[in-house]
Amino acid sequence: MIQKQVNQKAWFMVLPVFLLVAFSAIIPLMTVVNYAFQDTFGNNVFFWVGMDWFRDIIHSERFHDAFFRQISFSAIILAIEIPLGIAIALAMPKKGWGVPVCLITMALPLLIPWNVVGTIWQIFGRVDIGLLGYSLASMGFDYNYTQDPVAAWITIIIMDVWHWTSLVVLLSYAGLSSIPDAYYQAAKIDGASKIAVFRYIQLPKMQRVLLIAVLLRFMDSFMIYTEPFVITGGGPGNSTTFMSIDLVKMAIGQFDLGPAAAMSLLYFLVILLLSYVFYTVMSNIGEESSNGGA
Amino acid sequence: MQLELRNVSKKVGKEFHISDVSLTFEPGTLNILLGPTLSGKTTLMRLMAGLDQPSSGTVHVGGQDVTGVAVQKRKAAMVYQQFINYPNLSVFENIASPMRIAKVSEAEIKERVAKVATLLKLENMLSRSPQELSGGQQQRTALARALVKGADLVLLDEPLANLDYKLREELREELPRIFSETGAIFVYATTEPSEALLLGGNTASLHQGKVTQFGRTIDVFTRPDNLITAKTLSDPPLNTLPVVKLNGRMLYKSHVEIPVIGKLPELADDDYTIAFRPHNLYLSRTKDTDISVKAKVAVTEITGSESYVHLDVAGVRWVLLTSGIHTFDVKETIEIFLDPDTFYVFDRHESLVVTPETATGV
Repeated sequence: MIQKQVNQKAWFMVLPVFLLVAFSAIIPLMTVVNYAFQDTFGNNVFFWVGMDWFRDIIHSERFHDAFFRQISFSAIILAIEIPLGIAIALAMPKKGWGVPVCLITMALPLLIPWNVVGTIWQIFGRVDIGLLGYSLASMGFDYNYTQDPVAAWITIIIMDVWHWTSLVVLLSYAGLSSIPDAYYQAAKIDGASKIAVFRYIQLPKMQRVLLIAVLLRFMDSFMIYTEPFVITGGGPGNSTTFMSIDLVKMAIGQFDLGPAAAMSLLYFLVILLLSYVFYTVMSNIGEESSNGGA
Repeated sequence: MQLELRNVSKKVGKEFHISDVSLTFEPGTLNILLGPTLSGKTTLMRLMAGLDQPSSGTVHVGGQDVTGVAVQKRKAAMVYQQFINYPNLSVFENIASPMRIAKVSEAEIKERVAKVATLLKLENMLSRSPQELSGGQQQRTALARALVKGADLVLLDEPLANLDYKLREELREELPRIFSETGAIFVYATTEPSEALLLGGNTASLHQGKVTQFGRTIDVFTRPDNLITAKTLSDPPLNTLPVVKLNGRMLYKSHVEIPVIGKLPELADDDYTIAFRPHNLYLSRTKDTDISVKAKVAVTEITGSESYVHLDVAGVRWVLLTSGIHTFDVKETIEIFLDPDTFYVFDRHESLVVTPETATGV
């Protein structure tokens, strides 16, 4: 009996958290779900439309394009930032005054707010007053991110690499510095090459932090909004209209709340699914390589 | 191939990590470097392996000067306190790795791995990954990797320190057998005197980067040349008493008189340090010549089969080791007995001048 009373009390302890989560997550999410299945012509009158919005979104070319742009962007970002981050971490000094200098330099870009980063690069790349844009133009390159989709993509990718490679560097560096010196000594005595040391000691030892780095960079790049919005506003044309920008255009610009709600749910599910796939695949690589030999 | 260090020193900044060490190790021997943390054991091993170069002095292998020869070109192997294995290679591949680098044929790799795996009882573990093994098995794998190379010099830097008690005992018992099956020079660093004594072989006692004595382990234990060596090889710590001999009388702090018996009358008047081991301090009289002393109990540690009684005697702290369980109240005054026949006496330069009768050596 006494135990049962204690259990009842426990509910009261959980209640504040439940309320907090309800207001911060569940209710907003359910509002979106609510919109996704209904249509309205104003006056707070709603009509049930079932799966129509989802069907429309899934079959719309606009969604396909935005999705394709988004996936390509994330793939390029991961392909550049992960190897580059590892390479920089490997090149960083292991002791001495160089360590704090490198760490602080690396941490600086991470401290800058997204829209500031966007603004910095927006100005930096301008052909009339920006250092980068002006230099490139005066060297004879036909660089103009407001007109050329390729230039716009390159600008945004370089900006993201500049902003976020540091995160991969810091994580990799943490992973590297956790490797006891004896490993390197042992490899040296064995006469192992630098490539072998990287392949058989450093990479396996960094695996856990790299998994975190890949997940964080994937999720973040897949949700990118502020920087391209500031730099290109999704243009030229629709060339840099990533999924979140498209979503905002649909929800705020056109006020199509139903399709936008359906799209945001799909967007959320895609991120969840892809993150799960990444996590499973990368953990499995780890398991296999540690279980089944070389 | 004989390994010889000639007047080797290693200076880091202004500090001597190793100062003027000369040692000669014969092939097929087990040599223990015994000393507390920071006494220079690891530094000395790195110099032997060629991972570091000495600031002065030379290293010779088989009579040839190899100072400055890179570690990869010497036939050395090393095992560390941490269990160092390639994390994502199987035990087989781990053991095979040094031979793969040396481009040994596949058939020979298989044969040599199988042989060393049998020696280290790893036959059934070969397909597993190091993470799936116990600490003892991981260290065996590391040891196998070191042995399979057929190195002339195998360095073991506190290899058992990270293992739990049971595994440590087990592996320590097997080590002499494993060592005797290869003809290499084994160098084994440890902080534990008991480990040195259990392993046997030769011991070099290290203190602040200097070798204080080198010889057969049992000789170094029973006949330490100097007080530092005696202390390094003593666990529980050696009991000491600084005394002055004057006009045939022996005094501690100029008022506590020590009976001048046994070998003590032969000593000239001077300052001395008397030392004796904790098990030579008794709770009851063993001989007529025993010296009786009043001591205050500071703390008693009971291990089960033995009791360590820490005592305050006229301003010095002694440890009494006795079998069985004895309980005393803290600050209780008890009578203890010293046997002058068990005294080591060191002169003012801390060199041994009197060896006890009991320490004849074997």
